[in-house]
Amino acid sequence: MARAVSNGKKIANTAIAGTVGFLMFFPILWILILSFKTEEDAIRAPLEILFSSGWTMDSFAAVQARSDYFKHFMNSVTISVGSTFLGLLIAIPAAWAMAFVPAKRTKDVLMWMLSTKMLPPVGVLIPIYLIFRDFGLLDTRIGLTFVLMMINLPIIIWMLYTYFKEIPGEILEAARMDGASLREEVIYVLTPMAIPGMASTVLLNIILAWNEAFWTLNLTAAKAAPLTAFIASYSSPEGLFYAKLSAASIMAIAPILIMGWFSQKQLVRGLTFGAVK
Amino acid sequence: MPNKHTLLGTAVGLGLAVGLASAASAEQITIATVNNADMITMQELAPAWEEATGNTIDWVVLEENVLRQRTTTDIATGGGSFDIMFIGAYETPIWGAEGWLTPLNDFADDADYDLEDVFQLVRNGLSANGNLYALPLYSETSFTFYRTDIFEAAGIEVPDEQITYTQFAEMAAAAHDPENGIYGTCQRGKAGWGENMAFVGTVANAFGADWFDMDWNPQLDSPEWNAAVNYYVDLMKASGPPGASANGHNENRALFKDGKCATWVDATSAAGDVRNPDTSSVADTTDFFKAPMQVTNKGTGWFWSWALAIPASSKKVDTAKDFLKWATSKEYFEMVGESKGWVAVPSGTRKSVEEDPRRLAAAPFANTIVDAILSVDPADPTRDPVPYTGVQFVAIPEFQGIGNYVGQQVAAALAGQMSVEQALANSQQFAVREMTKAGYIK
Amino acid sequence: MATKASRSSARLMISPAVILLLGWMIIPLGMTIYFSFLRYNLLQPGATPFAGWENYYWFFTDPSFSAAMLNTLVLVGGVLTITTVGGICFALLLDRPMFGQGIIRIMVIAPFFVMPTVSGLIWKNMFMNPVNGIFGQIAAGLGLQPIDFFGQIPMASVIFIVAWMWLPFATLILLTALQSLDQEQLEAAEMDGASWVNRFWFIMLPHMARAITVVILIQTIFLLSIFAEILVTTNGGPGVATTNLTYLIYVSSLLQFDVGIGSAGGVVAIILANIVAFFLMRMIGKNLDA
Repeated sequence: MARAVSNGKKIANTAIAGTVGFLMFFPILWILILSFKTEEDAIRAPLEILFSSGWTMDSFAAVQARSDYFKHFMNSVTISVGSTFLGLLIAIPAAWAMAFVPAKRTKDVLMWMLSTKMLPPVGVLIPIYLIFRDFGLLDTRIGLTFVLMMINLPIIIWMLYTYFKEIPGEILEAARMDGASLREEVIYVLTPMAIPGMASTVLLNIILAWNEAFWTLNLTAAKAAPLTAFIASYSSPEGLFYAKLSAASIMAIAPILIMGWFSQKQLVRGLTFGAVK
Repeated sequence: MPNKHTLLGTAVGLGLAVGLASAASAEQITIATVNNADMITMQELAPAWEEATGNTIDWVVLEENVLRQRTTTDIATGGGSFDIMFIGAYETPIWGAEGWLTPLNDFADDADYDLEDVFQLVRNGLSANGNLYALPLYSETSFTFYRTDIFEAAGIEVPDEQITYTQFAEMAAAAHDPENGIYGTCQRGKAGWGENMAFVGTVANAFGADWFDMDWNPQLDSPEWNAAVNYYVDLMKASGPPGASANGHNENRALFKDGKCATWVDATSAAGDVRNPDTSSVADTTDFFKAPMQVTNKGTGWFWSWALAIPASSKKVDTAKDFLKWATSKEYFEMVGESKGWVAVPSGTRKSVEEDPRRLAAAPFANTIVDAILSVDPADPTRDPVPYTGVQFVAIPEFQGIGNYVGQQVAAALAGQMSVEQALANSQQFAVREMTKAGYIK
Repeated sequence: MATKASRSSARLMISPAVILLLGWMIIPLGMTIYFSFLRYNLLQPGATPFAGWENYYWFFTDPSFSAAMLNTLVLVGGVLTITTVGGICFALLLDRPMFGQGIIRIMVIAPFFVMPTVSGLIWKNMFMNPVNGIFGQIAAGLGLQPIDFFGQIPMASVIFIVAWMWLPFATLILLTALQSLDQEQLEAAEMDGASWVNRFWFIMLPHMARAITVVILIQTIFLLSIFAEILVTTNGGPGVATTNLTYLIYVSSLLQFDVGIGSAGGVVAIILANIVAFFLMRMIGKNLDA
C-alpha cells in the first residue's frame, strides 16, 4: 500500500512533527518540571531552572496539606464516570431509535438536542441553584452527576447516533429474520459492533465531565467538590506560588491525561462524529 | 424572635465555653475561606480545635473573587452550604441588616473571650442596627511600604510627615531602575472594587473627589476624579512594572517581597509577611510611612477587615460559634505567635495582642499600624460631605457592580486601551444607569 | 420499512432522553424567562415586582453589550480559524510517514485533556506574565521590552490560549478523516502528474469537508460559552476588551447579583445561540445526509 519512503524524508518529517509536538506539549512539561522545584527556584530564568536547581516534593506536600487531594480525586472520578454511564443508559435507546427507525422529524430532534447544549450556564445558575437548594442537592455528588449528565447527553446521543448509522441495516435485518427480539438485537448484534464507538464516546465524555469547571465549582462546597474546586484556590497568587500552582495543576490533570494517553487509540478511532465514511 | 434566638445561643455558647456541651455530639462544619496567608495559617492550626472538641472542619479554600461570588449566592438564596464564611467590612453590615447573618452579641457575655478587647472601630465596622455580625481575624488600613536600601542608594529622603502624591511620584521616579529589575512603585492595577479601586479610591479621596454627592448623583466625571486617575495612570506609566494592569494585591505583594519594587501603597496587613525573614527577601530593608495625601488628608488610608461570620442558614450555629470564638480568641493569636512567629500575627484586631511585649519586640512597626487603623474614619471619608460611609467603598449593595465596572475602565486606561477621560465618562454613564435602576435617582 | 411495532417502541426508547432534555431545557429556561420580567436582585431581598421589559431594556442599553457581541464573534471566529487551518496542517503533517508517530501524536493531543482553568492559569502565570513568565524572561534576556499580553493584546492572548486547547481536537478529527482517504486514488493522481497542491485541493480537502464541518459545529457549541479561560486570565478586561456574552451575563447575574437582568441576558444568549445553531444545523445537516 504505502510507497517506500526514504529514511531521509522520514527523518525530516519526524523532525518537523516532533518540534510541533514538543511545542504543543511544552506547557504541560514545564509545569511538571516546576512542580518539583522550590518556590524560589520556580521564578528564576528558564535555563537556570533546568540546569542549576535541585528537585523537591515539597510543593506536593504543601498542596496536599491545604486540601485533601484524594477526596477531590474520588469526587471527580465518581462524577465524571457516573454522569457518563448514566448518560449512556439514556442515550443508547434514543440513538438506536433515531438511527434505525428514523422518522421525518428525527434530524430536527437531534438538532434540537444539540442546541440545548448552547444554553449558557451562567444564565441559568440561579434557577438551578434554587432548585438544588429545595431538593437538598447542593454539594451532593448525585446532583452534580445529574447536571453533568444533562450537559453532555446531547453529545453522547449524537456520537452514538452517528456510529449506529454506520452499521449496515442488512445485518440487523438478518438478525431479525433469525427471530431475534428487539432486546436481543440491541444486546447481541448492535452493541458489539458499536463497542469502538461507545468506547470513544465514554472516553470523550469522561474528559468533558472531568474538566467542567462552572457547575462543579458553583454547586459544591466541601463534600462533593471535585478537582476543579481543588485548583480554584490557586487562581490568585499568595506570595511565590508557581511551584504550588504547578503541583496542584499536575495533580488535577494527571489522571485524565494518563487515561487519555493509554486509551488514545480507542478515543481516536471513534472520534469521527459521522464525518468519515 | 431574634431575642429568643440570642438567648438560646447565649445559653449554649456559655455551655460550650465551660466544656459541658463539647462531648454532646461531634459535628462537621463547613468553612469557606480565602487563600490569604493568615487564613491558611488558621487552617493549619485548626486541628487543635478539632481535637479539643471532637468536631471536624471541611475547608473550602477559594480565591477572593470566587469566594465572594460563592458565598453571596449561597447566603442570598439561603443555600446553607456553609456554616462559617470569611467576609469583609463591606458585606457584613449589608448582609447583617438583611438578616442573613447570625448576631454574635452574646460573645460580650463571655468574660474570657473579652469582646471589649477587640478594637471598637473594627467592631463598629462589622455591626448593623446595633448588632455585631462578624468577628475580625485582622483589620487593615493602607500605608506606604518602601525599601530603605533603595531610598538610601538613590539619595531619597525618608519623610516623617504625610507627603503629597506629587512628592510621592518624584520619589518613585527617582527610585525607578528597570534595567536592574527595580520598579519605582508597584500599585494595584487588576480590575475590581476590592483591587485597583481600593487604591485608586484613596487617591481620589486625596484629590478631593467622591463617589456621590449628597443627592446620590455619581461624580465620576468630576475634575477631581480626572486629576486623580490621570495621576495614577501617569505614575504607573512612568515608574510602574510592566503588566501593571494585571497586578492585584497578591501579585504586588509577591513582587515587593521579591525585591522588585521600591515603593508600594497597600494594606498594613501585609507588613508582617513582608517583614518576616522566613517569607520575604526584603524583611530587613523594608520600612513604612503614611499613605500620601494631596488636596486633603481625609480618606487617604482605607479601612478593611476580614472577618468570620455565621450565615443565618447554618444548621450548626452552636458549633460554628464555638469555632469562631476559638479562632478570634486571645489564645488563638498567642498560638499563631508561638508557632509562626510574633511578626506574623494577624494585626489590627485585639488591643491586648498589639500591646503584647513579644509582639512589639518582633514587630516594632505594630504601633504604627494600630495608630494608622485607629485614625481612619469611615463615616467622614472625603473632603466634601457625602451621604455614604466607607473609605474605599460605598456601603450600599449597588457599589459592588459600580465599583467593578469603574475598576475595569480604569484598568483599560492603565493598559492604554482608552483615555482616562473616556474611561471616566463611561464610568459616569454606567453609575448613573445603576443608580437610576436602583431608584436613587428619580 | 419500519413496522408499526418498531416505530412505537422506538418512540418509547427515545422518550427518556427527550423528556429529560425537555425538562432540563424548560424548567431552568422557564424560570429564567420568568425572572427576566421581575425586578429581582439577590442583594436586595424583599418584593420582586413585575418589571415588564425593563430588564431587557437595561441589558440591551448596557454600554458593554455591543462590545460583548463583537468580542464573542471575534473569539469564536478567531479560535475556529486557527484550529481549522492549524488542524489541517497538523493532520497533514502527522499523516506523513515518520518515526515515533505514536509519541508525537500523544504530545500533540495532550492539551485537550487539560482543564480550562488550569490552562488559563498556566499560560497567564508561567508564560505570559511579563516579569516572571517565560516569554517575559526570554524578552528580557534578549534585551527587549517584554510584552504585557493581557494588557496590550488581551483578546489575541485569550484566543491563543483557547486555540491551544482546541487545536488537538480539530487535529484528531481531521487526521482520522485524512487517514480514511483511499491511498490509491492519491497515488493515481500523482502518477498523472498532479502537483501536491492540486492533490491537496482537489482530493484531500474535499474528502475532509465533512470532518471540517463537524469540527466547526462542535467547537462553536463549546466556544460560544467560553468562560473559565476569561475568568482566570483577564476577568473580561481591560475595560471590556475580552468580555464575551457569557461573561457579560456572569457580570450581571453573579457579580452584581441582578438576577432579573442576568436572566434577560440569558434569554438573549439562548435566542442568539439557537439562531447560530439553526444555521449550523442546516450546514451540518446537509452534510450528514450525503
